[in-house]
Amino acid sequence: MNHSPPRVLMCRPDYFGIEYEINPWMDRAHPANHELAVHQWESLHGILSGLGAAIELVEPQAGLPDLVFTANAALICGGRAILSRFRHPQRQGEEPHFAAKLEQLGLEVVRLPNDEYFEGAGDALFCGEGLFAGYRIRSMARSLQHVATLIRVQIMPLELVDQRFYHLDTCFCPLEPSQAIWYPEAFDAYGQQVMRANIQNLIDLTEAEAIGFAANAVVIGRHVVTNTGCPQLHARLRDQGFDPIETPLSEFVKAGGSAKCLTLRLDGEEAAAWKRSGDHEAVSGIRFIDK
Amino acid sequence: MKPPSAAPASKPFVEDVEVAGHIIDSLLLPKILDAIMAHKGTFEIRKITVGQRRLDPSYALVQVQADTGEQLERILNTISVHGAVPVVTSDCRILAADVAGAFPEGFYSTTNQRTEVRMHGHWIPVDLQEMDCGIVVDVDRQTAECVPMLDVRIGQQIMVGHAGVRVFPEERSQSEGGFEFMDSPVSTEKPKRVAARQVAEWLVRTKQLGGRTLIVGGPAIVHTGSGGYVCELIRRGYVHRLFAGNALATHDIEQSIYGTSLGVHLERGDIIPSGHEHHLRTINTVRRAGGIRPAVEQGLIKSGIMYECVKHNVDFLLAGSIRDDGPLPDVITDAVVAQRQMRTRIRDVTFCLMLSTMLHSVAVGNLLPAWVQVVCVDINPSAVIKLADRGSFQTVPVVTDIEPFLRALVEEINRLEAALKESVSAEQEIVAS
Repeated sequence: MNHSPPRVLMCRPDYFGIEYEINPWMDRAHPANHELAVHQWESLHGILSGLGAAIELVEPQAGLPDLVFTANAALICGGRAILSRFRHPQRQGEEPHFAAKLEQLGLEVVRLPNDEYFEGAGDALFCGEGLFAGYRIRSMARSLQHVATLIRVQIMPLELVDQRFYHLDTCFCPLEPSQAIWYPEAFDAYGQQVMRANIQNLIDLTEAEAIGFAANAVVIGRHVVTNTGCPQLHARLRDQGFDPIETPLSEFVKAGGSAKCLTLRLDGEEAAAWKRSGDHEAVSGIRFIDK
Repeated sequence: MKPPSAAPASKPFVEDVEVAGHIIDSLLLPKILDAIMAHKGTFEIRKITVGQRRLDPSYALVQVQADTGEQLERILNTISVHGAVPVVTSDCRILAADVAGAFPEGFYSTTNQRTEVRMHGHWIPVDLQEMDCGIVVDVDRQTAECVPMLDVRIGQQIMVGHAGVRVFPEERSQSEGGFEFMDSPVSTEKPKRVAARQVAEWLVRTKQLGGRTLIVGGPAIVHTGSGGYVCELIRRGYVHRLFAGNALATHDIEQSIYGTSLGVHLERGDIIPSGHEHHLRTINTVRRAGGIRPAVEQGLIKSGIMYECVKHNVDFLLAGSIRDDGPLPDVITDAVVAQRQMRTRIRDVTFCLMLSTMLHSVAVGNLLPAWVQVVCVDINPSAVIKLADRGSFQTVPVVTDIEPFLRALVEEINRLEAALKESVSAEQEIVAS
C-alpha cells in the first residue's frame, strides 16, 4: 500500500484571466477579477494543505492563462503521466511546461501522436477498475482508446453532449470505487446506460448545481471540496458519510473551471482501484516513483 | 432464390471502417451501428473480435452502406467522432505504360470480383471487370476499367501496387435456397433432377427480368442426341447468345444435312457407309455457301442449333482451334481476335450455362465477372474443377451426362411455364370476379 500523503499539482493564478473564448463560459466582456481570483485560489490551496495534501507547483507563464487548470496537464496512472494534447491552439503552449514539471516530479511522461486530442484528467477519471472518459468536445474517442492501450486499463468512452460540460470533470466526479457524483443530462442515453451499469452509487446533480460546477470537486479521503452554491449535493454527501467543504471559486467558473480543474492528483485519485490495491504494476507496468 | 444480377450491391456507396478498443461494454459499437441506421444507411460487420478478458480490446470491421455519396459522407463524419475510421486512406498509385502490350512492373492484377479504386479520396468503380487484367485509370474523367495486357497502349495510366483498391467478394446465393445442396466439392453423387430444376428456374427468371443467357456448348450436345433440347430452348427465347467452336456447329449442321454426327446416325446409332465423309462434306457445303447464315437462307440447313440461332437472331460466336477441320467460314481462327470479340459480347450476359466443353468454358469463365451466375454441366469432373481453379468461383458444378440433364431441364421449364400460366389465369379470375 502507498501510505504517502496525497500529492496535488497546482499553478498560481499569476497570469490567469479570460483572454480568449474556447468554451461557453468564457466571455471576454466579463473578465475575471484578478485580485479575487488570487484570493480564491489561495483559499483552495489552504484547504487542500489543511487536509494533508502536499502541493506541488508548476511555474505560471505569461500568455498561458489556463495553465492554472492543472487537471488538464495529464492523466496520471501509477508512475506514468499521459501528457495532454490540447484541442485548442490557445492551450497547446501549456504542454511543454506540464511535461517538464511532471518529469521533474519523477513521472514517466508519455506523449500521444500529434493528430490526437486528449485533455488529461479533465476528460479521464478512474472509478473502480474502469477509466471513464469524455469525448467529442475536447478529447477524441480514438485517443481515449489509445490511452487505454498505453496503460492497459478498461476504458469507457462517454460522449459529452452539452457544450457547457465540455470536460468530463465538469459533470462527473468519482468519490470512491463504487460511487460518483454526476449530471446525467451531460451524457447521451448510451453514456447514461454505461454509467448506471458500471457505478453502483450515483449521486445525481440538479441542473442548477451542475452549472455551479458542483461536480468539479476535489476528493481527499472522505473530504470533498467544491465551489459554493451546491447545498443539495453537500447534504447528499453528508448522508453518505463524506465531509463536503465549500470554497468560493466564482472567478475560475468564468473560465469554465472550478476546484477539480485547479488540481491534478499526482498519486492517483481516491476512486482509482489501482491506487487502493497498491498494485500499480498490474495497471501500468511501471512502479510509482515516490520522490 | 436470388436471380442472376449484374447489380451486386444493395446500396452502391460503401466504405469499410474499423473501430478498436473497449467498444462493447462502453456501448460504442452499438452506438456506431445505431448512428449508421439513424442516417438511413445500412451496415455489415465484416469482422469482429471480442476481447476475452476485461482489459483486452475488441475490434470490429464494419462496412457502411449508403444510397448516395453525400449520405455516406454524413454517416462517416458522424461515426468518426466515436472512433470509427476508414480502413483505406490513400489513393491508388498509377504509372504510365512505357511498353505497348505490357503493364509497368508491379501492376495491379485484377480479380473477377467487383473492384473500386480510390482517386482524390473518392472510390471509383472499375468498369469491364475481368480477372487477370490490369486497371487503366483516367484521372481527368475519374474513370477506371480493366484492360488486358495485350491491349495496353503507351502512355495509358496503369494502376500499380495494392494501395487505394478494394475488392468486393461476391456473396453467394446458397443461403437463399439456391444451390446450397451443391456447396461442396465437385461430385458425381448429386441429385441431377434438383440441379435441372434450379437451372430451369434461373433460365425462366433471367428471361422474365430481361437478362441475357449465354450458352457455351461443346459437340457432345450433338453426339449425345440432345441438340433438340437446345433448339427448344432457343425457340422459346431462353438463349440469347451462343459461344462454341467449329465442332459443335459442324456436327449440328451435319446432322441437319445428313442425319449423322461424325458419320454416326443419330436416330439409329449405326455407322453410315462413308459417313466419316459427312463431316468434311458439311463444312465444304457451308464454305461454298459463304457461311452458316447464307446456308440457312439458301435452304441448305433446315434444322438444328445453328439453324435456330439464325432463325431466332441468337448471336453466335465460333472460336477456332488448331485441330479444326475446314473450318466453317464463321469460325474466328485468330485466338486473340476471338477473345476480344467474346469479351465485348459477354458484357450484357447475366446467366451462363456451360455445356460439355472444357476449353471454351474455361475461356469464357476467364472473361466473366464474378456476379454473372455460371452453371457448368460436364460428365468430366475435371472440367468444372479447372473452372473453379482458375478463379470462376461463382460456377455451380453439375457432373452428369448432358442428354439426361437437358431432357430434365426442358421438362422442368415446361412445368414452370405451366405453373406460371396457372397463376396468371388464377389472378385474372380474381380480377374478373
